[in-house]
Amino acid sequence: MSVTAAPSQSAPAFSTASGPTFGVVRFPGSNCDQDAFYAIRDVLAKPVKYLWHADADLKGADVIVLPGGFSYGDYLRTGAVARFAPIMECVVAHAQRGGLVIGICNGFQVLCEAHLLPGALVRNASLKFLCKFVTLRVENSDTPFTSAYRTGDLLQIPIAHGEGRYVCDETTLSQLQDEKRILFRYTDRHGLLTSDSNPNGSMDSIAGIANGGFNVMGMMPHPERACEKILGSADGRGVFASLISSALKVMA
Amino acid sequence: MPQVKVIVTLKPSLLDAQGRVIMDALHSMGYAAVNEVRIGKYMELEIDAAEANVEGQVKEMCDRLLANPVIETYKFEVTA
Repeated sequence: MSVTAAPSQSAPAFSTASGPTFGVVRFPGSNCDQDAFYAIRDVLAKPVKYLWHADADLKGADVIVLPGGFSYGDYLRTGAVARFAPIMECVVAHAQRGGLVIGICNGFQVLCEAHLLPGALVRNASLKFLCKFVTLRVENSDTPFTSAYRTGDLLQIPIAHGEGRYVCDETTLSQLQDEKRILFRYTDRHGLLTSDSNPNGSMDSIAGIANGGFNVMGMMPHPERACEKILGSADGRGVFASLISSALKVMA
Repeated sequence: MPQVKVIVTLKPSLLDAQGRVIMDALHSMGYAAVNEVRIGKYMELEIDAAEANVEGQVKEMCDRLLANPVIETYKFEVTA
């Protein structure tokens, strides 16, 4: 990679905005960074900064967002190269300190490659790139990522991925289940698990999981694309609202 | 200069969706004897002749980047 120039920071100053600061990481090939930035700044009205992959600096951000896209062209494996970007050392250290990290789509893949989350994301069972709204069931609302929801809530949130089939070994799967670390599952519109409701063939219909400390979460669906009714759904706002209230508690 | 050939494949326990499609295609072409198709990656590395520990270095590269031990297995051979 010979990408060295950082993108311009078009964000307005946020000296007046209160609350935790979000940092959205930009890798070469990220393409949902602006969506996440927009959702946080314009919809949730919270301070947010872009973090450049080649900088080893989180710029004081409290919540780190690894956005969707095709980091480093997804060469070799999705997220495999991004994991070694200089910024990731800071993200790993932040996570190890208990800091909040959310990975969306490609960000989820990066978190798995970085071993901040167990398992891996492989080609969809159908081999098709899937871009559509799906129904997610909130499986555990007692986490920093889902506290704005109730367990059992059904959310309409879009997916857009070719490699979203979550896999892990049986021991890991049992752990995820027993420790309630599966935060979202794909269901049908009525909240039921059926063979048709699992779009990509993920084990146990997993759409999103957390680490053991519940401060790192990855999900394939895109909550940042579902924060306003005009975009078809505002159901994704809860993820960011949860993060804001969780981060505020930590800061208090 | 040592040449290294690395082959990475999905673990046998994982559904290889691409391999399945290729197998179905082969069957429809009449190759009924095919029982399994696994798709993998093949990489060629050229290592500096000054490197004393080629095997060890390549193994480390496979474990850290070239393969993901969670889903893949790898093998490699070194030729001088």
